[in-house]
Amino acid sequence: MAFFKDLIAKVSQGLAKTRQAVVAKLTSLILGRTLDESLLADVERALLEADVGVGATGKIIAAAREDFRAGKIKDSAELLVHLKRSLKALLAAGGPDVDVRAASAFIPAPLHLRPHGELTIILVTGINGAGKTTSIAKLTKHLQEQRKSVLLGACDTFRAGAVKQLEVWGERLGVDVIRGQANADPAAVAFDACKAALARKVDVLIIDTAGRLQTQDPLMKQLAKIRSVLAKQAQDAPHEALLILDATTGQNALRQAEAFGNAAGITGIILSKLDGTAKGGIVVAIRSAVDIPVKFVGTGERPEDFAPFDPDTFVEGMFGQ
Amino acid sequence: MFDRLTDSFNGLFRKLSGNAKLSEKNIADAVAEVRTSLLEADVSLEVINDFTTQVMQEAVGKEVTKSLQPGQEMIGIVYDKLVALLGDAPAIPAGATPQQAAEVMMQDGPGVLQITPGPTVVMMCGLQGSGKTTTCGKLAGWLRKRNRSVMLVAADLQRPAAIEQLRTLAEQVGAIPGSGPGGGAGVGKVVFYGEPDKAAEYGQAVGVAVGVCQRALAQARREGIDTVILDTAGRLHVNDELMGELEQVNKALRPHQIFLVADAMTGQDAVKSAKAFHARLQVDGLILTKFDSDTRGGAALSVKAVTGAPIRFIGTGEKLDQIEEFHAARIAGRILGMGDVLSLVQKAKEQVSDDEAKALEEKISKGQMGMDDFLAQLKSLRRMGPLKQLMGLLPGVGNEMKNLHIDDKQIDQVEGIVHSMTPRERRDVSLLNNSRRGRVARGSGTKVEQVGGLVNQFKTVSKLMQQFGGMSAADRVNAVKGMGGGGGLLPGLSGMPGLAQQRGSTFTPSIKSKFKKRK
Repeated sequence: MAFFKDLIAKVSQGLAKTRQAVVAKLTSLILGRTLDESLLADVERALLEADVGVGATGKIIAAAREDFRAGKIKDSAELLVHLKRSLKALLAAGGPDVDVRAASAFIPAPLHLRPHGELTIILVTGINGAGKTTSIAKLTKHLQEQRKSVLLGACDTFRAGAVKQLEVWGERLGVDVIRGQANADPAAVAFDACKAALARKVDVLIIDTAGRLQTQDPLMKQLAKIRSVLAKQAQDAPHEALLILDATTGQNALRQAEAFGNAAGITGIILSKLDGTAKGGIVVAIRSAVDIPVKFVGTGERPEDFAPFDPDTFVEGMFGQ
Repeated sequence: MFDRLTDSFNGLFRKLSGNAKLSEKNIADAVAEVRTSLLEADVSLEVINDFTTQVMQEAVGKEVTKSLQPGQEMIGIVYDKLVALLGDAPAIPAGATPQQAAEVMMQDGPGVLQITPGPTVVMMCGLQGSGKTTTCGKLAGWLRKRNRSVMLVAADLQRPAAIEQLRTLAEQVGAIPGSGPGGGAGVGKVVFYGEPDKAAEYGQAVGVAVGVCQRALAQARREGIDTVILDTAGRLHVNDELMGELEQVNKALRPHQIFLVADAMTGQDAVKSAKAFHARLQVDGLILTKFDSDTRGGAALSVKAVTGAPIRFIGTGEKLDQIEEFHAARIAGRILGMGDVLSLVQKAKEQVSDDEAKALEEKISKGQMGMDDFLAQLKSLRRMGPLKQLMGLLPGVGNEMKNLHIDDKQIDQVEGIVHSMTPRERRDVSLLNNSRRGRVARGSGTKVEQVGGLVNQFKTVSKLMQQFGGMSAADRVNAVKGMGGGGGLLPGLSGMPGLAQQRGSTFTPSIKSKFKKRK
C-alpha cells in the first residue's frame, strides 16, 4: 500500500507543475464566464500558448464555435466538456482526418517486447539536448521493474562525454554498457552491442544514438545504417525506435517527427521535460499530423520520474483536475 | 531556417500589390497573415500582438512612395519592425570599464566584454539541453581567435559526465590553430578547471558549484587568464533550489556578463523560462542555439522581447567554430527573403585572399579563366560550408531551394571530371573532342554526356563572366539572376523557376539601396 501511495504521489507531483502553471489556467478561464465569442477567443489563445499549434487549435475552436452557434453548447461548463473531448479525440486517433467530435477510445501503446527468451532491441533517437540519455536511464528502470534484464549500447560516439554519461547511469542502475572507441562508427558499436546482448541472453538492448538535427542528411542516413545493422542481428529489429521529444519544443517538433519517422522508422515518442511550465501541447499538434503514438512522459531528473502516456490523465491534467 | 515565414510574407505582399495607399482594410488581411505566420514560427503570442499592433499603426494611411509598390512599402515597415525587435548586439572594446561598456551597449555591433584588470567573468545559464556546454566551448574558441586566454569552469555538478564533456571540449578548442602571429597558438589559450570529485546525483550537490567557481577564479587570477567562462548546470526555471544556486554564484562572483543560452526551437514556453531567468539574474545577453535546424526561430524574437537583452551569438552547427555573431538586419533580411548576403560576403572573405580575388578577376576579364581556376573557386566555395547552407544565404534563393536537394556528392563528381583532364585541357576546354571526353569520363567514372554538359556550361559561364568584367558588383548579381537556369554550373541548380521575375518585381533598385543603407 505504501509503495502504491508513493508512486501516485510521485506521478502527480511531476504533472502538478504542468497543471498548475499551465492549463489550470484553462479551467479557471472558462468556468463561471458567459459563453460568447470573447471566451472562445481566450480559449484559442490559451491553446496556442500551450503549443497546440495553429492547425489543431483551429480545428478545436471551429468545432466549438459551430456547436455554440447551433445551440448545442449552452454554457461554459458544456464548453469545457466539449474541449476536453476534442483534445482527447485528437490524441487518441492519429493523422490529419480526425473528427474532433468523435467519441474516441484511446488504445494504449505499450512497448513492443519480444516473448520471453528473445532479445528486444530498442533504438533511441532525437535531436541534441532532447534528453535521450536521461530517458534511457528511465526506460531502463521501467524495464527493470518488469524484471527484464537490460544492456545499453553507447552509440553516441560523437559528443564529448556522452559515453561516460551513459556509463554513470549504467553504474547507478546496475546494467552494463557496451562502448566503442571515441569517434568509432556508431553502427559498428551497435553491432558489438547486439552480439554482446545475444551472448549474454539479456531481455532488452537499448541503443543510445548521438543527437542530430533532422536537417543533417548524412547523420539521418547514419540512423538508417544503424537500423539495418540491427535488423540483421535479430528478427524484426529494432522492435522499437523511439523519438525523444522535448516538451518545450515548438512547432518544429512536427518536422522532427516527420524526419525521424522517415529516417529511423519511429514507433513511438517519449515526451521529456514535462516538469517545467511547458504544456506539451505540441503532442496534440503531432498526433493530428502523423500517426506516431506517445508512449511515455518524463517528469523530472530522477529515473523514477517517468510514466506511460495516458491521454485521459494528460487532458484532465491540462484542465487542472 | 526562416524560409517558411518568408513564403507566407511573399504571398501576403503579392496580395497587396496594385493599391496606391495602404488602408486599414487592405492591410488587415496582411497583418492577420503575419500573425499566423509568426505563430507557426513559435513567436510568443504576446510578442506577436505588440508587433502586429506596431505594424498596423505605422502602415495605416501611409502614402506609398512613388517608386514603390504597396507590397514593397509593407515589406519595408515589417522589415524595420523586425530589425528593431531583434536588435543588434553592441560591440564593447577591449579594456572597457563596466561604465564604458554600458555606454557602448547603446551602440551597434557585437562583442564580448573585456575588463581590465581581468579576469572577465562570463556566466552561462539556461534550461537542460539548450546547449550550454557546447556553447561554452564555442565561445572559448571565438575568444581565443581574438587572442583572449580562456578558462572553462565546470560548474555543472548535476548532469553525469558534464565535467568530462567540458574537459574534452577545452582540449579540442585548444587544439584549433589560432589566428595569432604565425597562425599558431597565438596569445590565446584555453584551460580547463573542474573538480570531478564534487559531482553528485541530480539535486544532491546544490550550492557546491559556488565554491568550485570561487576556486577557479582564484586560479585564473594566479595564471593571468583574462576570461573565465562558468558552465552552470541546466535547470528548470521552476526549480527554486537550483535557481537559488545560480543567484549564489552570481552574488559570490559578480560575473561581468551573464548569458542565457536558449534553444532556437523552443515553443511558446521560451517566454516563461527567459522571464524567470531574467528576473533572478538580470541577463546581459542571449545566445540562441541550434539555428542550423529548419526551425523558424521565432523563439529568438520572443526571448529578445521579454528580456530586452541583446542576442549576441547564434549557434549554427555541431562543429566548435560554428558560432556566429548575431546581426538583426541579416536575420530580418532572411525573414523577408532578401537573403543573407552579408554573411555570405564575410564567409567568402575568410576563405579567399584579396590577391587571389584580384588575379582571378583579371583572368576573367581577359577571358582566360580555365578549369583550374574554376576548381579553385569550387574548393574555396566548399570550404565556406555545405552548399545547401550557402545557397540559403543568397537572396531570392531561399524559397526555390526548399524543394531542391543539393548533394555535395554531385560536386565531388564535377571535381572528379576536372581532375581527369590534362593541364592543357583545363586551360582550354575547347580541346576536348569526343575521344578526349570519353577518356575523361572513364577516368572520373562518369558518363560522356556529363563531361559534355560540364564543358558547355563552363563555356557559357566564362563568356558571361567576361561580359561582367566592367560591371559593378550589384549589376553582376542582377545579371546572374537574369540568367535564370541557363548558366548554372552546379548540378541540380539549373532550371530554378521564377528566380529572375520574382525578385525583379519585388525589389526595385531604390528599395535595395534603402536596405543597403540600413545595414
